[in-house]
Amino acid sequence: MADQTEISHEDGAHRPEAPGVNDVNAWFVREVLPLEPLLMNYLRKQWPNQSEIEDLRQDVYVRVHEAAKKQIPQPTKPFVFRIAHNLLIDRIRREHVVPIEAVADFDDLGISIDAPQPDRSVIARDELRRLQAALDQLPPRAREAVVLGRIEGLNGREIAKRMGIGTATVSAHLANGIMALADILTGEAPAQERKS
Amino acid sequence: MTDSSDQAPMSSPVRIVAQTAADWIQRRQFWNWSKVDQAELDAWLAENPLHLVTYLRLEAAWARTERLVALNRPLSETPRVASESRNRWFPVRAAAVLIASGVAAGGLWFAQQPRESTYITPIGVHETISLADGSQIELNTDSALRTRVDGNRRVAILDRGEALFKIKHDAAHPFVVIAGDHRVTDIGTQFMVREQGARVEVAVLEGSARLDSVNARSATLKAGDMAVVSSHSLVVTKKPQREIANSLAWQRGMLVFSQTPLADVAAELNRYNTKKLVIADADAARARIGGTFPTSGVEEVTAAARVLFGLHVEERGNEIVISR
Repeated sequence: MADQTEISHEDGAHRPEAPGVNDVNAWFVREVLPLEPLLMNYLRKQWPNQSEIEDLRQDVYVRVHEAAKKQIPQPTKPFVFRIAHNLLIDRIRREHVVPIEAVADFDDLGISIDAPQPDRSVIARDELRRLQAALDQLPPRAREAVVLGRIEGLNGREIAKRMGIGTATVSAHLANGIMALADILTGEAPAQERKS
Repeated sequence: MTDSSDQAPMSSPVRIVAQTAADWIQRRQFWNWSKVDQAELDAWLAENPLHLVTYLRLEAAWARTERLVALNRPLSETPRVASESRNRWFPVRAAAVLIASGVAAGGLWFAQQPRESTYITPIGVHETISLADGSQIELNTDSALRTRVDGNRRVAILDRGEALFKIKHDAAHPFVVIAGDHRVTDIGTQFMVREQGARVEVAVLEGSARLDSVNARSATLKAGDMAVVSSHSLVVTKKPQREIANSLAWQRGMLVFSQTPLADVAAELNRYNTKKLVIADADAARARIGGTFPTSGVEEVTAAARVLFGLHVEERGNEIVISR
């Protein structure tokens, strides 16, 4: 716990050999998911069919995760957008939707890949407010189930009793709440990049 | 994604996978969860990379909402309620003090735990807390810990200091330690958590534990893993078993140093002693010391500084100043 050992922690962070699946998952959560607002912007601008954006995003995530199993790429941001760009090109070739030239490279889009990430501590300060705002955006029944489970700490059976509904319905509300929270929390732009 | 035009049709394969992943998460969190369930989830995750990335995305956002629990209950409210009901204050004396008493002998911790219990150790004292579920918490010097039950979870909040957790694993009632903005969930384990302001250290001795930090950084730690986490980073390294054991020598009232700069030795000793060591110059601070000292061993260390390094030691009131 002395300075000596702290330094060796830092050294241990960069391992060249093939990463374990836990390392890949942790990297994915830590570095890829926070890019989601930018990625969604990019996909929305580049792809005509807005109903396919979610599919495309998940496809990007799969390709990114698969590639990272061989070696975790550094830096993450250009890598993710390169994959998104290539995915769109592949789709266009396959589906003949728009000419290839129509897909701009990400450097033409004002998405600065070198821009520093917003200060984590700034985000942390706003975190509770964001969480509460996210809760408020849920459908009413899903919100109620999530509040009872997450804030009041009830289990599924207790939530069912309190809401006066069946356990299967509670599960459905909770699952909907979890999906909606991910869209709101992950898809939202970080404070500095969001237009207010 | 707040714009509904972004949503794929409900029937899309991506949407169905998301619904399945969300269902796994809510099942694991809110309903009975067995080893068989876990095995089924693992198999589902391994089946297709889309399953895994979808699950990771939902789980990361869901983990963030854990903070609603810790922050949505005004901290001022809980202790007042506790002290008015079945808990009493005890005067602080030499030993660790159980402020909100009520840990019942026998029976489930669950059924009989008061709303919240607070434990505080003064400087120089460490104490063992035995919980009614069979778990043990060793609280190190100058530390503060609260325990409570939130739904199906056993929760311990380390407000200050350092503690070693020896947890009786119970999949239906996960044990969660909150330190700063970070969260450690036991997966059958012994682990140490040390809170130092924004920085938290976690070392796992046995089994494994899951570490979730603010902003959804997380890692699964196994025996021998040591994690250092702050508001902007999470670094995990493997440590030899002996090194981790040495860092826990305080349980026996000892501190083990190995080629440790005198400045760090002083900082460590100062956690345990009211008489503080002050290293007055950079040369002295860099001198390295090894060996095993009692946590009260200010004199042993100053003697070593004087004899081994020829440093000047001077006592000034409540401080001992070491200089060249």
